[in-house]
Amino acid sequence: MEAATATKNLAPNAPAPAWRTNMATIAALIARAKNELLRVPGAAIPGVLAPTIFFLGLNGVFGSLIHLPGFDSGSYESFIVPVSMLQGAGFTGAAAGVNLARDYEQGWVDRLLVSPAPRWVLLGGNVLAAAVRAFIPATFVLAIGFVIGVQWPGIDGLLVCYLMVAAMAAVAACWGSMLALHYKSQSAAPLMQAGMMGLILLTPAYAPLELLQPWLEKVARINPVTQVVEAARQGFVGGVTWGDTWPGLLAVAGLLAVLGALALREMRRTNV
Amino acid sequence: MSELATGARVVRALGARSIRQTFRRPQLISPIVVFPTLLLAIQTGGAGAGIELPGFPPVQSFLQFMLAGSMMQSMMLAGNSGGIAFAVDIEMGFTDRLFASPIPRFAIVLGRLAGTAALGLFASLWFLAIGLIFGAHIEGGVPGALLAIALITTSAIAVGGIGAAIALRTGSASVVQGLFPLVLVVLFLSSAFFPQELMIEPAKTIAEYNPFSFIVEGVREPIISGIDATQTLEAVAAIAGIILLGLVLSARALRHRLRTG
Repeated sequence: MEAATATKNLAPNAPAPAWRTNMATIAALIARAKNELLRVPGAAIPGVLAPTIFFLGLNGVFGSLIHLPGFDSGSYESFIVPVSMLQGAGFTGAAAGVNLARDYEQGWVDRLLVSPAPRWVLLGGNVLAAAVRAFIPATFVLAIGFVIGVQWPGIDGLLVCYLMVAAMAAVAACWGSMLALHYKSQSAAPLMQAGMMGLILLTPAYAPLELLQPWLEKVARINPVTQVVEAARQGFVGGVTWGDTWPGLLAVAGLLAVLGALALREMRRTNV
Repeated sequence: MSELATGARVVRALGARSIRQTFRRPQLISPIVVFPTLLLAIQTGGAGAGIELPGFPPVQSFLQFMLAGSMMQSMMLAGNSGGIAFAVDIEMGFTDRLFASPIPRFAIVLGRLAGTAALGLFASLWFLAIGLIFGAHIEGGVPGALLAIALITTSAIAVGGIGAAIALRTGSASVVQGLFPLVLVVLFLSSAFFPQELMIEPAKTIAEYNPFSFIVEGVREPIISGIDATQTLEAVAAIAGIILLGLVLSARALRHRLRTG
């Protein structure tokens, strides 16, 4: 008790614990990303507009696919809305990579690198900021979806979907950050976007697995993002089950581990 | 040397420059090649079973049906990329140097459009090659393929004209880049990716009157069944209308830029 009191009394003069400093740095980097949104609201528009256009466009163009035998969902908009929300997350994550490349070009990353903050903290701030920002396009797409008849997924379905959206944005931000730090140029932006677009759409995005062309079915079965799409979609096309949720959680954990490690390696290789 | 010959040389030089510029910058070439190719693969694999729907026109495969839509997408993005590159030239002062040089003003816009047309030609050849490699038949044979190539190349001039007009008027690359989503809207609201009869309202009705539906049907017909005079003429009329609109807008924007600097 006396020892605890002594430690408490000493606390104001002692240096803050490393974990607290690291959390404060991550929070500051997230706040910076939020300020960017507030000061340049137009910057968020493309990230919101693109998945919304894809959602409405795909629904208008391919909506009659639900009449195919074997298409179990009665509403194409409910089937496609989680894909568009994940696509928004992919674009947001890729944008985090583009912003990091811009920061590098403008010298901001150099200033971060000479700070005493560990590299993983700098990366974590960028990745978590993207995960939070992904709620904006996802919510916008979902709101439009409800207007045109997307069925209510239930609270559990909604929570699982938003969890997948945040995790997918973090995966995309790791991918984007890795490329940004490797190429050190905004010119790599198309690679960041195309990579995520391919990863998210080479899944049962447009139709159930059984209705895909054989080559895409094979790709979708080995693409881990298929599990993410299925987990995010389950509430919109039926009920939420643990059996449909854990593969999605495992997939995002694996993707985050691999891409996070690669991004961190690039961050450590980056010199001032 | 006559003014016309000088103009032709300038158009050729600026056209070649704009092609080199596009191939050197990943931001410009990627929307023309990577995205449409990726979407072609994904949509063919994902929605390919759609050809079994009642009312779908008889086709050899969904890939064969989709080729025209992918060419259109690539061509429209080439027009948009051309507009972005033109706006970058304006922002960096390159266009001002051209205005100050003793060359015809129209050649500056036509040079950019020549480059965009070349990219449209490249897009049509790229997707025809992809189609043939993956087993799609061109039912109209060589004349059908040439017709599709000609329609896409001239459409690139039409769309590039509108991109150039917006670049001249605004002088801002980010404004022209902001039109990228609009290209997708126009495509989704046309019969580029699915037969208009099978689309869902309101997209179905809009697609019926969208001039780009006429162009895509004109390009698609020689690929999926053979040359059809009526659809070819409708496509030519739609292209001519858009070229006229692009030229009028470009001429007005050019006058405005020369007046205001």
